Amino acid sequence: MSREDYETVIGLEVHAELSTKTKIFCSCPTEFGAQPNTHTCPVCMAMPGALPVLNEKVVEYAVKAGLATNCEIERESKNDRKNYFYPDLPKSYQISQFDKPLCIHGKVDIESNGEAKEIGITRIHIEEDAGKLNHNEFGSGSLVDLNRAGVPLIEIVSEPDMRSSLEAESYLRKIKSILEYIEVSDCKMQEGSLRADVNVSVRKKGAKEFGTRTEMKNMNSFRSIVRAIDYEAQRQIEVLEDGGKIEQETLRWDDVSGRTFSMRDKEDAQDYRYFPEPDLVAIRLSEEYIANIQKNLPELPESRKKRYLEEYKLTEKEARMLTASKYMSNIFEQALKICGNAKAVANWLLSDVSRILNEKELEPDQIPFTAEHLAKMIMLIEKGTISSAIGKKVLEELFENPQDPQTIIEEKGWIQISDEGAIKELVMKILENNPQSIIDFKAGKDRALGFLVGQAMKETKGKANPKMLNEMFLEELNK
Amino acid sequence: MDITKLTVHEMQEKLKSKELTITDITKAYIENIKKYENDVQAFITPLTDEALSQAQNIQEKIEKKEIEGSLAGIPIGIKDNICTKGVKTTCASKMLENFVSPYNATVMEKINAENMINLGKLNMDEFAMGASTEYSYFQKTKNPWNLNTVPGGSSGGSAAAVAANMVPWALGSDTGGSIRQPASFCGVVGLKPTYGLVSRYGLVAFASSLDQIGPITKDVKDAAILLNVITGHDEKDTTSVNRKKVDYTNALTNNVKGLKIGIPKEYFGEGINSQVKEKLNEAMQTYKNLGATVEEFSLNIADYALATYYIIACAEASSNLGRFDGIRYGYRTKNFSSLKELYTNSRSEGFGAEVKRRIILGTYVLSSGYYDAYYKKAQQVRTLVKKEFDKAFEKYDLLLTPTSPTVAFEIGTKSNNPLEMYLADICTVSVNIAGLPAISVPCGVDSQNMPIGMQLIGNKFAEETILNAAYTYEQQVKFRENYEPSITK
Amino acid sequence: MKVSREEILHIAKLANLNLKEEEIDTYLIHLQDILNFANIVSNAPVENLDETIGVNDNFNVFRKDEVKVFEDNNALLENAPEKERNMFKIPKVIQ
Repeated sequence: MSREDYETVIGLEVHAELSTKTKIFCSCPTEFGAQPNTHTCPVCMAMPGALPVLNEKVVEYAVKAGLATNCEIERESKNDRKNYFYPDLPKSYQISQFDKPLCIHGKVDIESNGEAKEIGITRIHIEEDAGKLNHNEFGSGSLVDLNRAGVPLIEIVSEPDMRSSLEAESYLRKIKSILEYIEVSDCKMQEGSLRADVNVSVRKKGAKEFGTRTEMKNMNSFRSIVRAIDYEAQRQIEVLEDGGKIEQETLRWDDVSGRTFSMRDKEDAQDYRYFPEPDLVAIRLSEEYIANIQKNLPELPESRKKRYLEEYKLTEKEARMLTASKYMSNIFEQALKICGNAKAVANWLLSDVSRILNEKELEPDQIPFTAEHLAKMIMLIEKGTISSAIGKKVLEELFENPQDPQTIIEEKGWIQISDEGAIKELVMKILENNPQSIIDFKAGKDRALGFLVGQAMKETKGKANPKMLNEMFLEELNK
Repeated sequence: MDITKLTVHEMQEKLKSKELTITDITKAYIENIKKYENDVQAFITPLTDEALSQAQNIQEKIEKKEIEGSLAGIPIGIKDNICTKGVKTTCASKMLENFVSPYNATVMEKINAENMINLGKLNMDEFAMGASTEYSYFQKTKNPWNLNTVPGGSSGGSAAAVAANMVPWALGSDTGGSIRQPASFCGVVGLKPTYGLVSRYGLVAFASSLDQIGPITKDVKDAAILLNVITGHDEKDTTSVNRKKVDYTNALTNNVKGLKIGIPKEYFGEGINSQVKEKLNEAMQTYKNLGATVEEFSLNIADYALATYYIIACAEASSNLGRFDGIRYGYRTKNFSSLKELYTNSRSEGFGAEVKRRIILGTYVLSSGYYDAYYKKAQQVRTLVKKEFDKAFEKYDLLLTPTSPTVAFEIGTKSNNPLEMYLADICTVSVNIAGLPAISVPCGVDSQNMPIGMQLIGNKFAEETILNAAYTYEQQVKFRENYEPSITK
Repeated sequence: MKVSREEILHIAKLANLNLKEEEIDTYLIHLQDILNFANIVSNAPVENLDETIGVNDNFNVFRKDEVKVFEDNNALLENAPEKERNMFKIPKVIQ
């Protein structure tokens, strides 16, 4: 049997750090990047006798996320302790939610092979993040920093509804986009504020039962997730084809070697001994509370997409791609406000900006320049100050050294030649050097005109006004 | 006048009339600590060196009218599982032998706000697990009534220090009887407040859903005064309740006419010492004479409650004590080469046998396969216990039982049989299971001059009812005037 | 329920405790004793009763999302058995 006879089954547990000012159970700040152990207090350092108090914003943000992903919000919920020892977990238990999460039974739509597909969400619950272990470059040990301990997380658990790495990527992008839109998480994957545990299993096509799954924890880039799923599915198929059995285990994905590795020895089977957190009281949400959050939910990608179709006459594909990321979509709207040309802004974002992001392996939230920079560049093209060819160069420059495009073109000497005399001189020179093209044109080969314009652009390093060149060449050739 | 035989409210009067100064009081107590501590061994960390200068300082401030308050300069002793900033908080464990808390428990903030003087941190069973204070890592505290017997536990240091007049009063903590039983063994008053009345912030957790801090005092009025100080809503403890503050001394009316007292007959069955029963019967008669009605009824939960208690308390403890891992504070083994060894050796060497026993029991009842049979069932029984008490309080204002089935037992007689030690809590644990308030007041001595305690259990937040009933009884029997520990005679 | 030697060793491992050879038997006897006693709960009439979650009736006790910096940050590290660059030092852990 071959790969085609198998089907991959994927489920994701997405962890998103919530963008509250303070931690989930104490009033320490959540900011990223502080000096080690300075954002700590007796509570998040698990000093003897310290007690947790739940941050009201955490509940609100989790409910927001639940409503934005079509979940039912549980009217009665509680916190539980998940017990295990690890140096980044100072209490030796994580306060999480076990059997009564805040949100259940949600769903989101994703795009798969050009068609819409629904992915089920099992539950969304709140919990606390762990601290960080730093490895000591100079000495022998590891060092524990608890600044991140107690930063609030939501865990969004999907149904095992995905069937390919691309669907998994599409789902994760959708979740990221929704969380960005409702402003509950900044979803910076590079800082680890959005990460996913990926569950993968394979089964023969048509089989009713799921295969045994393996889990890869704490994945924080789309590329690794896609690679890891593809690798792991292939590995499992090979094991099965060789007559072997898949072991249910946690694996570590290694980006460098492109392989998964077994993480813990089997005898250390975890037993988390969940039980209700006695230091916290029940959470009871009223109809009014939930309705109020629902009412104030910001615009979600779906409705924004609809608006783009109607108001800006963008194509379905353009609208979908722009709204996939809140950052992208915000740049679009802001730039549009300045320059007024929806089509041009959409084109630039979806073609050149997206291409450069791809090449540089960046996400839209890492775009270094402002919407104003982009809008001004588009306006310079419209005014004829620069050509679109120069526009592309300006854009490259904006990624390297973001500043006012006017300054860039002045410093680089990229201002378009639109002087009639200069253009005329150039046209005459090109014609003189290319007699064959004149003959070709007269013989009805329209392509010759394009060639001549191209030569003129080459001569001026793209700075000549292409419209004027076109007109003037035609005028001379038709004489 | 022996100052240290006075109650706090008596001292307050003498301070007011200038018969006494704050420094007189502190000096007298320091003197007594010198005299008795060798025998009693109630203190883990005495703070006598700093106490005198603190007293002088407060005395001056009072004279300059910079501070006021009727408790300024009154000494107190603190059980060593209550976090005191800058002073060791050991929980009587090797694990925390050198631990200095970076913060104050909420009750300490309240004590400090009154400008009271902390005379020292008091001995206890390690992490409050025990009923005799024999499980302290540091020393065995002796009962001032008979130095061969235990003071009870786990707040044995607090009760013994009050009984031996080494502190005028103390704070203890009560998870299954740890205030009331030592108070009973040492012939003093101990109050376990309703769950949520006193903030647990800064009390090193044994069993979070059962623990409460409360006063151990010479008499009931002092208990009311100290309760006034430590109660109140605390936003740092979500289980603390938001209720209007009341002055509990106002409840002490010396009148119990018409009070309906229920006697749960299961608390007077076999296993209860006959002399204990006899004294309790006398107490019932006293209440009748005072115009209360006393009626026997059935509260058939005692056995369930004790089993439930040990399941829930150990389960919570097994999790609460996970944080002692040798990384951020506390004992760290010398003997490790890996993280796993750091964990297991630090914990195995740092915890005593009883603590380990309870962690193992707690881990067991929470572990996969046993959770439903033990922990879940116990939480259901907990609901049953609450319902049974609710029913009882529909009929009665308070319930009267022995505090302990026996008087103080001899040192070393129970410490090797954990189950027998656990059975000593039979009268007290159901109160914690249901989160109710209860007070232990002395009601006489046995033939060996060992004190016997009576427990009055109230409905939730009915502290005023049990305080008044205890006070009214106390006015009749005058225990302090009739009996005295051998050591202070 | 009968507790086996293997079980108590497994439980000790979960709790990160080492039991010495001579301790195992004592702990086993004690645990068995206490569990036999604890089995009383299985006979309690609790059909249709909810589990108690939280002793009092408090619910929805929340904190405002406002930063309060702990005043004595240094004291938080003062009890550390071993520290380096303001972090707690432990044996090397490979994540």
